[in-house]
Amino acid sequence: MDLHGFGHLLLAGTWITLKLAFVSLFFGLILGLLGATAKLSSIRVLRWIATTYTTLMRGLPELLLVLIIYFGTTELLLRMFDVYVELSAFAAGVAALSIAFGAYATEVFRGALQELPKGQQEAALSLGLSRIKAFWHVMLPQLWRLALPGLGNLFLVLLKDTALVSVIGLNDLMRQAYVAAGFTKLPFTFYLAAAFIYLLLTILFMQLLSLMEKRANRGYAGGLR
Amino acid sequence: MNPAPEPASTTSDSVRPALEVSNLHKRYGDHEVLKGISLTARKGDVISILGSSGSGKSTFLRCLNLLEKPSQGEIRLCGESLQLKANRDGELDAVKSRQLEAFRARMGFVFQNFNLWPHLNLLDNLALAPVQVLGKSRAEARERAAALLKKVGLADKEKAYPLQLSGGQQQRVAIARTLAMEPEVLLFDEPTSALDPELVNEVLGVMRALAEEGRTMLIVTHEMRFARDVSSQVMFLHQGQVEELSPPEQFFTNPVSTRCREFLSSHL
Repeated sequence: MDLHGFGHLLLAGTWITLKLAFVSLFFGLILGLLGATAKLSSIRVLRWIATTYTTLMRGLPELLLVLIIYFGTTELLLRMFDVYVELSAFAAGVAALSIAFGAYATEVFRGALQELPKGQQEAALSLGLSRIKAFWHVMLPQLWRLALPGLGNLFLVLLKDTALVSVIGLNDLMRQAYVAAGFTKLPFTFYLAAAFIYLLLTILFMQLLSLMEKRANRGYAGGLR
Repeated sequence: MNPAPEPASTTSDSVRPALEVSNLHKRYGDHEVLKGISLTARKGDVISILGSSGSGKSTFLRCLNLLEKPSQGEIRLCGESLQLKANRDGELDAVKSRQLEAFRARMGFVFQNFNLWPHLNLLDNLALAPVQVLGKSRAEARERAAALLKKVGLADKEKAYPLQLSGGQQQRVAIARTLAMEPEVLLFDEPTSALDPELVNEVLGVMRALAEEGRTMLIVTHEMRFARDVSSQVMFLHQGQVEELSPPEQFFTNPVSTRCREFLSSHL
């Protein structure tokens, strides 16, 4: 893939896009799990925090979140502590995307947790497992199976949302295509090439997801719950 | 010469009941489901708990290992008292979660709906708690699990997953799972109520064998003939109170309480 000498740039951009997507996925999943546990907790303050979080983050456009975090953090720190800290575009992108992903994942995990029969946890507790061990060994592996389709969907959205981070100058796939298109005056070629790469990644991950779903459904004969 | 003092531990060990419950209450708001139930199970006792639906028998059983939090009462396992304190809602919580976990590990609980873990094969269903709670090695726990599966007649199913089994088979695995913890008391909460009639006997057979081994068992059940055959005591609950507690010969032929007579005439 040469593309007038810009092929390697697109590849480098793809790498950044993937890194951004996976790092955000990692933190987003943690936020989602925490959010879901908080939403189902018996402690009112935790429920309140989680609800505020999901409402706020699902109500804001991701682009706005990216801008707020990238420019806002610097300004805030300058005003409050009189220090000038410049957030890297990558860090700001990870923060914005994982916070957004976490809000949606909270709902997916919450739904999955509520779908798990109560007896599953009771059986674990009745054998003497602590709550944490019961969650880790009994709930979480099953949660995973129930949440996987929803999370997979969210990940595909996340993969494309990474393009938003190009507006703050991160050299991801989107931005590299934009730069190359501007330089060569061949927008059609480069945007099409970028589109092709996004599509390819999506198809790849869809395949991977269906494999993972199959694996997670082991032991559930005939799609039984 | 003074007589040698009796060594305290040996006497109390043989006399000390496996499970003692005193004055157990459970309230849901204004509604009192259990109104002060006391029960003593000596080692090797098999106590059947009967009663119509809503009598509180399942709630009683679930309160014993705090799956349901009692409102009042005391629970002692082999002489050791479970330390309880009231929480804000007026329910009793364990003071130390460690002690509660240890208590639960020593009290096997068999559920009506089996509650096997569908993501693990049978061997791992049985081995999980011994590894995680008793700290056994995986190999040791699996070996013991295989022996227990054989004991309940499922030696060839080690690698099968729970949902591939019939209800009767699942319940036998569930019993084996509690046995893997080598509990001192076994609690059965309507173990055959979710089963098709033709599968009931295979489960009762396993329970009968356990009774003959001399295990201490509390069984909430509707299987009258089984209760008559294996019980050392039968407890009849009505509206959260003990109406009758007697040996099966007396219970089934000559009960004192009229409610109990009515119940028996409609269930035999």
